[in-house]
Amino acid sequence: MAKYLLLKHYRGGPTPVHDVPMDRWAQEEIADHVQYMNDFAARLEGTGEFVDAQALSPEGTFVRYDGEGKPPVTDGPFAETKDLIAGWMVIDVDSYDRALELAGELSAAPGAGGRPLHEWLELRPFLTAPPTVTE
Amino acid sequence: MDERSLRVLTPGVIGVLVRRGADFAAAEDAVQDALVEAVRLWEARPPQDPKGWMVTVAWRKFLDAARSDASRRRREEVVEEQPAPGPAVPVDDTLQLYFLCAHPSLTPASAVALTLRAVGGLTTRQIAQAYLVPETTMAQRISRAKKTVADVRFDEPGDVTTVLRVLYLVFNEGYSGEVDLAAEAIRLTRQLNSAIDREEVAGLLALMLLHHARRSARTRPDGSLVPLVQQDRSRWDTRLIAEGVEILQTALARDDVGQFQAQAAIAALHADARTAEETDWVQIVEWYDELARLTDSPVVELNRAVAVGEADGPRAGLAALTTLDPDLPRHAAVAAHLHERNGDLAIAARLYAEAATRATNLPERDHLTRQAARLNSDLLDATVDGGSA
Repeated sequence: MAKYLLLKHYRGGPTPVHDVPMDRWAQEEIADHVQYMNDFAARLEGTGEFVDAQALSPEGTFVRYDGEGKPPVTDGPFAETKDLIAGWMVIDVDSYDRALELAGELSAAPGAGGRPLHEWLELRPFLTAPPTVTE
Repeated sequence: MDERSLRVLTPGVIGVLVRRGADFAAAEDAVQDALVEAVRLWEARPPQDPKGWMVTVAWRKFLDAARSDASRRRREEVVEEQPAPGPAVPVDDTLQLYFLCAHPSLTPASAVALTLRAVGGLTTRQIAQAYLVPETTMAQRISRAKKTVADVRFDEPGDVTTVLRVLYLVFNEGYSGEVDLAAEAIRLTRQLNSAIDREEVAGLLALMLLHHARRSARTRPDGSLVPLVQQDRSRWDTRLIAEGVEILQTALARDDVGQFQAQAAIAALHADARTAEETDWVQIVEWYDELARLTDSPVVELNRAVAVGEADGPRAGLAALTTLDPDLPRHAAVAAHLHERNGDLAIAARLYAEAATRATNLPERDHLTRQAARLNSDLLDATVDGGSA
């Protein structure tokens, strides 16, 4: 019973295996890709392993405190930041191996030409609650 | 009758329904429905015979469900006849339910969920909330678990070791929610201990009680961890300690030690020390030796190194550590602690910082970060003082 984040990057991961951007895919290819993602999430609900899936807007703003009584300072958006996170899925599984297996399956979502994308996903464990028995 | 004493009835009522011919999955659903009704009705009109009421209502729910499901017509014919004959050998329903819910064909997460629902009488929503997953996910997990054990005979002999593993998981890795999972694990282990006479069941119960006794001293109001040596021992629950020690002594006297008794013995030795300085570390090391023999676990070896460091000095502890894989979780944390005790403050500070990046839970990470910061600031002060001298 451990939660993992499957993090999908637009940029910032290792070099993509396939780099045809989605706006060059055929309509059907896009539909198939979306369908695969939905089916994957539905299947994990069925196995009792699904926690959450969210997508993020690519454009963000940097914000920071600027002192008492002043409005926060904003900066950006930056078109060329190194890392860009597209979204995530959170799973709750019995083992690290199971998390790896699922990440591998999600990475096989079809892309251009209907072939698996081989997309790099970042797998990160959640920090848990502390165990009761420590000695 | 409060919700908790109502839930105690769950396993017995499921057992009655199963012996009358209901399959486990349907019986369990029916009893959950009856529980919901009981919560609704009993406050105003508590029944004379709570279990009898539960059996009647659950059985009616079961028949309703069977009738309303056209595809289950065959089962309906079966249940409309006289109750099916029960298992040839009389069995303790409660004990059989524990075995079924911890069946080896289930994954740990499924076994935990099914045990909490069918034996503990918790609702799916409560279990989902406790483990921080959506209710739909938990519902699926439970329903799959039921399917997995659908062909297991209710009177099939089970292995109590797998049950203990599940209960230990509920106790040790419990999250917080409206349900107190540690207390629930204790209740379920207590109930198991009355259903079956085994040293290790008693050992696990003792272990839980002895650790639960420290609960209010273990964390500060802000949620940060208080290490054992710094805990205010006057806040330990002496009633739980006395009960845990008594249960453990009775079990140990029967001379069939197992890992839970050994772990409980270590906890009991800590409980026995009025101050951290009075701790009998020599005996604790002996119990770790026993535990290492019983479990072959590298985590036990790590904890043993800490105990050796206390019993024979930090150098001995560091020596014990050299034989262990540095990639083990908490290896750096243990090494940091031993180096600090040995006076190698710079090494300790670096190791605490490293350990913090490898911590698997948030309070521990924060604790290790504070340790690193404390040493780094001491080291800085020492440099400044040295310069001005």
